[in-house]
Amino acid sequence: MNRYDDLPLQGLLVVDLSQFLAGPLAGLKLADMGARVIKIERSGRGDLCRQLYVSSTEIGGDSTVFHAINRNKESFAADLKNPTDHQRVCQLIKQADVVIQNFRPGVIERLELDYQQVRAFKPDIIYGSISGYGEQGPWRDRPGQDLLAQARSGLLWLSGDRANPPTPVGLPVADMLAGNNLAQGILAALVRRGINGRGCKVETSLLEALLDFQFEVLTTYFNDGQRLPDRSGSNNAHAYLAAPYGVYQTADGYLALAMTPAPGKLAELLGIERLAAYSEPKSWFEQRDEIKRIIQSHLRQQPTQVWLDKLQPADIWCAEVRDWPSLFAHEGFKVLEMTQQILRDDGVMLTTTRNPLRFDDCLLKSSRAAPRIGQHTEAIIQEFGL
Amino acid sequence: MSSQTTLPLEGILVLDMAMFLAGPYAALRLQDLGARVIKIERPDGGDLCRRIYKAADDDTDSIPFHTFNRGKESIALDLKNAADREVMFQLIEQADVLIQNYRPGVAERLGLGYQDVRKLNPRLVYASISGYGTDGPWTQLPGQDLLAQARSGLLWLTGNAEDAPTPTGLAVGDVLTGANTVQGILAALVRRGVSGAGQLVETSLLEGLIDLQLEMLTVFLNNGRQQPQRAKIGNANAYASAPYGVYQTTDGYLALAMTPLARLAELLDLSSLQPYLADPESPLKNRDAITRLIADRLAQQSADHWLSILQPADVWCARVLGWPELLQSEQCQRLDMLQVIEGANQVRLETTCAPLRLNGQRPHCSTAAPPLGAHSEAIRAEFCRSKPAA
Repeated sequence: MNRYDDLPLQGLLVVDLSQFLAGPLAGLKLADMGARVIKIERSGRGDLCRQLYVSSTEIGGDSTVFHAINRNKESFAADLKNPTDHQRVCQLIKQADVVIQNFRPGVIERLELDYQQVRAFKPDIIYGSISGYGEQGPWRDRPGQDLLAQARSGLLWLSGDRANPPTPVGLPVADMLAGNNLAQGILAALVRRGINGRGCKVETSLLEALLDFQFEVLTTYFNDGQRLPDRSGSNNAHAYLAAPYGVYQTADGYLALAMTPAPGKLAELLGIERLAAYSEPKSWFEQRDEIKRIIQSHLRQQPTQVWLDKLQPADIWCAEVRDWPSLFAHEGFKVLEMTQQILRDDGVMLTTTRNPLRFDDCLLKSSRAAPRIGQHTEAIIQEFGL
Repeated sequence: MSSQTTLPLEGILVLDMAMFLAGPYAALRLQDLGARVIKIERPDGGDLCRRIYKAADDDTDSIPFHTFNRGKESIALDLKNAADREVMFQLIEQADVLIQNYRPGVAERLGLGYQDVRKLNPRLVYASISGYGTDGPWTQLPGQDLLAQARSGLLWLTGNAEDAPTPTGLAVGDVLTGANTVQGILAALVRRGVSGAGQLVETSLLEGLIDLQLEMLTVFLNNGRQQPQRAKIGNANAYASAPYGVYQTTDGYLALAMTPLARLAELLDLSSLQPYLADPESPLKNRDAITRLIADRLAQQSADHWLSILQPADVWCARVLGWPELLQSEQCQRLDMLQVIEGANQVRLETTCAPLRLNGQRPHCSTAAPPLGAHSEAIRAEFCRSKPAA
C-alpha cells in the first residue's frame, strides 16, 4: 500500500505544550493525519514522560512509552518563565493553528498562555485543553492520573468477576479516550474555522472521557431502576448482559462467546443437554451464573478449535482468545500492517504501531522518531523568525 | 449549549447507515458537535439495536438504542427497492458525510460502495467501519466488541496474574473505533475545505484496539516480544512497578499510582519495605512481594485513614468509587455531563452528554432517538426532487 502524500491536515501547525499521555496522544493523532506538531519542552528534563519507564527498556535515553507517543513530532526547548523564551513561544503560536496544553488547572494562567491571553494576540487559535476532572470543583487540583481517574469514575466495578476486587482496565484507557476526544473537538473547531474564520477553546478531562466511555451502562443504570452493575459470578465480560456473554476456559486456552439470540441452538451445537431446562429466554438473564457454570464445565473438556468448528459455521458469535504473540503470528493481523519501524538520526530504531485510520486506501505511516529535547529549537527559530 | 452559540459542525449533513455501536457512536458525536444526522434504516425493524435485550412482546426501543441515537432523524428505506434507492441517491447527492458498518462487500453489492457514491457526490466523506479490515482471513467474521477484544491481546492486561484473561467490561473497541472514525471524518472535512474533494476513511475494531494498546505494545515490540505478566494482586498495568494498583482497606478500596517506594514506606510506617529501597530496579523486579506487603498494611485501616496521610503528602492516590458516590460528588455535578432527553411515545430518559466543552459550554441536546421512519415523509419532502412514491 502506498505512502500517503496528500495528508488531510497538511499545512496545519500544532504547538503542543502538553506532557505525559493524553495531550501528546491528541498531538500524535493530528501529526499522523498530516499536521506539523512542535512540542514545547522544558530545557533539561523535557516532557516528564521521557522518564516514565514501565520496563527496563530505554531507547536513546528516553522511555519506550515516550517514543511510542511522540514520534513524528519536533521539539522546541523553552523555559516558559524566561521572558525571551516566552516571547518566542508566543511568536510561534501567532503562526500556528492549534495549541494543546494539559497543565493542572491554574498553571497555564500563571504562565500567561491560557486561552484568554493567547486569543488576545491570536484570535483564530484553536485551543485544546485537557485536565483530570475539569477546571472547577473540589477535585480540580487532584493529579490527573489515569488509574486515579478510573478509580473515581465507577469503571472498576465493570471488569472481572463478582468475587474479584474492583478491577481497573490494565492500560491508560482514560488518557487514550481523553486524547482522542480532544482531537475530535480540535478537528471540529478547525472545520468551523474554515467556514467562519473563528477560533475556539475546546476542553475535556479524564473524568468526562470515562463518563462518556460508560454511556451505555450509565444510561441503563439511570433508566432501569438504578440497578448497580452486578458482575457475573464467573466468566464476566459485561455486568448487564445475559449468558453466555463471556470468556470460557477450554482444554487448551480460552473462548469468547458474545450475545447469542438463540440459546437453544447454542446448547444443541455444544451438546449440552442440561441447558434444555433454560428454554425461557428470560432465564438467560435471570439464571446467568448457573448457565455460565454449566457452559464452562462443558467447554473445558475440548480444545478451542473443536468448539470454533462447531459454532462458527452456524454463525454463533465466538472467538479464540489470543495473546500478542499469537495475534502477531496470524495472517488476519498481518494484512492490517499495523506495525511500523521508526528511525532516529542517532541510530535509535524501534517498532511501534501505526495510526488506526486509512484514507483513500492509504495507511498513515511515518518513520520519523520522537525528537531529542530541543532537537529542532534552532531550526524553528530560524524558520519562524522568533 | 445555548442557542446563541453556533456549534462547529452546524450545516453538515451526516447519513448514518450504521447499526449498533461504533458507527452510531461516531454519528452521535458529530451530532453533538452540531451536525444534522439522518439514520437510514430498514423498514422491517430498522437498526437491530432497537430490539437488543428486549422481550418479544415489548415493542419499545431499547435503552442502548436511545443512548446511541438521541437527537437523530430516521428515514426508513428498503435499499433493494428501486424507488427507495433513488431517494437514497438523492440524499447522498446532498450529504457531506456517510457512515456505514456493513460487513466488507455488502455496501458494494448494494451499489453503495465508495466508488459508486463518489460518482454521485465527489465531495462526500465516506466512512467505513469493519471488524478486522477489508482484506485477509478475518474479514467475514462478526465485528463484535468482545470477540475483537479477545483477538486483540487486550484480555491479558486486565485482572490479576492468576485470573482468566479478563475482558474490559464494556464496549471499549466500539467506543474507540467510533472516536477514531470521527477524527478521520473531521480531518477529511478540513481537507475538503481546502481541496473541495471528499475522501474514503476506513478503520476497524481491531485497529482501534491495537491503537488503544500502543504504549504497552511498543514496549512489547522492543523488549524481545515477551508477553507481560499481570501483577499477582491489585493489577492495574502489567508493566508498572510497585505500588501501582488497587488495594483493599477495611471499608473499601484505594488506588495508588506511581509513588517512590521510600516515601511510601515512611508514610505507611512500613519498615518491611526496607530491603527493597536500595535498588531502583527493585519496585519492578520485586513487584509482587512489595505489593503484598503494602496490601497487608493497607488492609488494617480505613480508606479515609490512609487518604488523610497520603493526600497531604501529595502521594497520588484515590478512593475507588461506585456510580452512586461519583454521581453525588460535587465534582460530577460541576461537570454537568448528564441530560434528560424526551421524545415521542412518552420517551423520557436520562443519559450523558458529549465529553467536550466548546468555549466553556457543553453541547446539550434534549431530543430523544427517533421512532423508526419518524422523519421519512419530511425528509423526502425536503430532499427529493421528484418526490417518489413511498
